[in-house]
Amino acid sequence: MKPSPALILALLLTVELCLATCLQPRALAWTQGRPSDHLMQVLLGDGRQILANQMFVEADVYFHSGYYPSVFDQLHAPTNAQHMTLAAAPHPAHQTEGDAHLHGRHAEDEQENLRDPHAEAEHEKAMSFLGPPANWIERFGRKFAITSHTHLANGREREILPWLRLSAELDPHRVETYTVAAYWLRRDLGKVKEAEEFLREGLNANPSSYELLLDLGRLYSESYHDTVRARNLWTAALRRWLEQEPKKSEPDVTALGQITVRLARLEQTEGHYAKAIELLEIALAHKASPHPEALREQIQALRLKLAAQPH
Amino acid sequence: MNAIFCLAGIVIKELYRRKDFYVLFVITAVITLMMSTVSFFHQAGIVRYLKDICLLLIWISSLVIAIVTTARQIPAECESRTILPLLAKPVSRWQVVAGKFTGCWLACGLALAVFYLFFGAVCAAKEGHLALPQYFQAFWLQWAMLAVVISMALLGSVVFSAPSANATICFTVVAAILIVGAYLQKLAALQPPLAAWLLTLLYFTIPHLEWFYAVRERLIFDQDLIGWGDCALATAYAAAYVALILCAAWLVFRRKPLTA
Repeated sequence: MKPSPALILALLLTVELCLATCLQPRALAWTQGRPSDHLMQVLLGDGRQILANQMFVEADVYFHSGYYPSVFDQLHAPTNAQHMTLAAAPHPAHQTEGDAHLHGRHAEDEQENLRDPHAEAEHEKAMSFLGPPANWIERFGRKFAITSHTHLANGREREILPWLRLSAELDPHRVETYTVAAYWLRRDLGKVKEAEEFLREGLNANPSSYELLLDLGRLYSESYHDTVRARNLWTAALRRWLEQEPKKSEPDVTALGQITVRLARLEQTEGHYAKAIELLEIALAHKASPHPEALREQIQALRLKLAAQPH
Repeated sequence: MNAIFCLAGIVIKELYRRKDFYVLFVITAVITLMMSTVSFFHQAGIVRYLKDICLLLIWISSLVIAIVTTARQIPAECESRTILPLLAKPVSRWQVVAGKFTGCWLACGLALAVFYLFFGAVCAAKEGHLALPQYFQAFWLQWAMLAVVISMALLGSVVFSAPSANATICFTVVAAILIVGAYLQKLAALQPPLAAWLLTLLYFTIPHLEWFYAVRERLIFDQDLIGWGDCALATAYAAAYVALILCAAWLVFRRKPLTA
């Protein structure tokens, strides 16, 4: 009897299906329980982190409208990405003059006095990498290159988003990518839901990140006015910070300052002065504010309120 | 002059008969259109990444067309021995060099114009406006830069034995100029005296093609127009290099035996 080709094909398909159902759980075990990796991750391996970093730098290049130090000026490149969320738009008057002063930290941050007061000046210094032209070739070449330091403004910040999305795809463990993208999505582009989704995506990939918890808390507090969730998130952020950072030689005190001051403000508005004092003292103990005297004054004022509070 | 334009006409016909341009244009168009459909965080109006990718593809495509088309011109004529009746017309050797250069440059200009029309259409559709003077400057300066590249490839075609070797060397030299051309003097400062002197000499000798590439970034980041006087000076700079390199090509070609 000669078997029909259709029957052979059906038999092979059945065998294949059986084998697939047997092997699939084993294959998952080979990848340590994780779902199968993204194609890019399979192709590039750990090299994707380098590419992710390059994509993040590209976002920074876009943020500066193309005015950015080349690989030969790398010593001058901004050393952290904080300037991408610190600096808002240059003042229009200055922009037209080609002046590249950075302006306008957010009012809230100014009140908190948590940012490094020299950050803007340092960033400006880092970005003045061109210097005077050395010869006629350089002088003439600058007529074609972008030579003024400006930041994206008026909703144009959206242009950095593709690179941040790509950076997160390539390296989901790069926390800065999520915080920077969420900052612009929420603050200037009005995409609160997208910002939340992106932060949660980051949190899934980096469950121990206090930065993401801090930003998610800010989103709930400022955009959704949901103080209960914000408090829970900031409390978790503080716990994570205290678990991770004190061991380090240079702990991220800026983040600690933001977490404690925000939490303290919530406690204060609800009349929990003792808790607020405790939080501000944590900030003071870790030198989390560039203006400790302001924090001390705040603690003193809270102590007075606590004393005046009926027991 | 008539002989030069006759030769140029043949080169242009050759470009549209070959598939190089069509393949590169389709690849550029498909990649650009696919990228334009991607949505990032449901945010409308994101267009710079698209301009960046499209212009990068245009630059790569135009360099490939310019170098590959030019590199095979004279070797193909020599190999098929059609150079012999051509020179017996009589057409002088400098007319062959000038005709091949003109043809390649005009053919690249046509290809570049098609690329820029597509790029302009995509940008106008996404942005809702088109900064025509900026686009014209970018097109013109890229075309002027391609003239220098074509003359380099033409010189290479009479110096090197095979078109493939010539094309590879041309790509390497152009890439090196675009990447490190502007920084040779800074690198020289870090070298011992002899190497520093050589690098400085190189810095002042090479055609600074990176000036022209910078215009691409100006277009992406919506920068102001470059002064028209500066554009004219850059064009004159490119023309001077073209004249110099074509002279060198003619000097080599003049003494070159046409049959192996």
